[in-house]
Amino acid sequence: MIPERLVNWVVFAGLLAVPLWAIVVDEPFTITLVTRAVILAIAAVGLNIALGIGGLVSLGHAVFFGLGGYAMGILAYHAQTYTSLDLFGMSFAGTKAMPIIWLVAVVVSGVAASIIGLLSLRTSGVYFIMITLAFGQMFYYFAISWSTYGGEDGLSIYVRNGFPGLNTLVPIQFFGLCFVLLCVVLFLSARLQNAPFGLALNAARQVPTRVETVGLNPMRLKLVAFVISGAITGLAGALFADLNRFVSPTMFSWQLSGELIVLIIIGGVGRLFGPVIGACLFVALEHWLGALTEFWHVYLGLILLAIVLFARGGIIGLLTGKEGAHV
Amino acid sequence: MSDPILATRDLCKNFGALTATDSVSIDLKAGEIHAIIGPNGAGKSTLITQICGGLRPDSGSVHLLGRDVTTDSTQARAQAGLGRTFQISALAMEDSVLENVVLGALGASGNPWRFWSRAMSDRSLTAKADAALERVGLIEHRNTRCAELSHGQRRQLEVAVALTLSPKAFVMDEPMAGLGAEGSKLLTGFLDELRAEAPILLVEHDMDAVFALADRISVLVYGQVIASGTVDEIRQSHAVRNAYLGEEG
Repeated sequence: MIPERLVNWVVFAGLLAVPLWAIVVDEPFTITLVTRAVILAIAAVGLNIALGIGGLVSLGHAVFFGLGGYAMGILAYHAQTYTSLDLFGMSFAGTKAMPIIWLVAVVVSGVAASIIGLLSLRTSGVYFIMITLAFGQMFYYFAISWSTYGGEDGLSIYVRNGFPGLNTLVPIQFFGLCFVLLCVVLFLSARLQNAPFGLALNAARQVPTRVETVGLNPMRLKLVAFVISGAITGLAGALFADLNRFVSPTMFSWQLSGELIVLIIIGGVGRLFGPVIGACLFVALEHWLGALTEFWHVYLGLILLAIVLFARGGIIGLLTGKEGAHV
Repeated sequence: MSDPILATRDLCKNFGALTATDSVSIDLKAGEIHAIIGPNGAGKSTLITQICGGLRPDSGSVHLLGRDVTTDSTQARAQAGLGRTFQISALAMEDSVLENVVLGALGASGNPWRFWSRAMSDRSLTAKADAALERVGLIEHRNTRCAELSHGQRRQLEVAVALTLSPKAFVMDEPMAGLGAEGSKLLTGFLDELRAEAPILLVEHDMDAVFALADRISVLVYGQVIASGTVDEIRQSHAVRNAYLGEEG
């Protein structure tokens, strides 16, 4: 069996090598593809904190992805139309600066996660899944009917937002930005998982009664995990919108929530690089199989089926011989 | 007499028409082991769950260190000094033995809101956990995955986790269950010493252990305490023989 650390480093190196190779052979589209995988990986690393460590099967993480997307879309829309954003009786200017957009995306999705978490965590199991799904649908239909920002058609942002010192329109530079953020998020996630908080959260997933009898509140642990998780997924949403220079209600769709779960399961639930491997495979299949057939999801489904039946630890489990976290 | 560390007053709990706990008043004084015995379905587990905060009684009250904790949550009672072990092991099976005990030490520290430092490199947590493992004799298994422990070792681990909380009172639900004769003897010796540290409310089926350890015994039948007294008094009680001991032949 291969040590997990080695698997992680290989994936890490691969994520860097492919875009660099793409520069050499002048294939900018490959860079965009890898960037897409990196952004989905960030979203899934976020979800993995709630799902893999906390055992919270959220079928509503598209809410945070979408909120991040719309945070970017709305701020950039006001900036490109030179209009002001009126909120709570105050007037704000739009912005094209990524750092500000990211901050807004993280805060907005974090706040939303705390409210949704507070209400959803009163339930567990199937009911938790259903409540998070319901929140997802609420946001989805709200976005569709929100005509100020394009309604069903979504919002186009003509020029990608800027980052001080970089030309984000150059694919490799935007990739670099996303890659650094993935590293930051992975590092945070690793620290958190090994920290006292992660230990307690991991126990709260397995035996909440035990956590209570040592004097800790499992609900509060899970709520904090849900907020951190939502905030990270929100950041990914802002990047995803910037990658496409387009925001639409589909970012809120429950299919997206489902895809995030699927790619965590494929990679390895609760494993640090599980979401990264899942995202890379997902984007690769989407690209290659999608070119062959419109029904490429069938093959994705087969892979998922094989993993659920024969390799419960996902691809990382298969390579390292470790079991995934039981949710 | 000193005030009891842990006490229930007229505790009642009904599940529909079934009376699971019928005005139970028991207490636990410093330095003693108070055993609760009774046939299956007598309401022992229901009683313990109410004492520890998992169930709210219909009426009556629970007192810990002289304070009414009837409406307190499980975690508030744990923080106030109630250490519990479970009949069916409640352990994080995917985690190592040490991690399970470190969780106890983390609970005792009261601050799980640390997101950066490594839990398993925190000497204040691991030293406490190792000390507890040492005491129950599990130290050589500290890196074993909990799921790989034998049934008896899991009982020891349950006790170790409770120890990290340095509780003012222990509530132990059948700690001997599933232990072999040897393990049972070891744990009996250990609990014998432990009572000086904090009194133990002991629910147990193993009569040898109960008679060897208990300072007092209360007999629970159909949710009611039908007898309470010293080991000799209970042995000689006619009512107890009829209701319970007689059945064991």
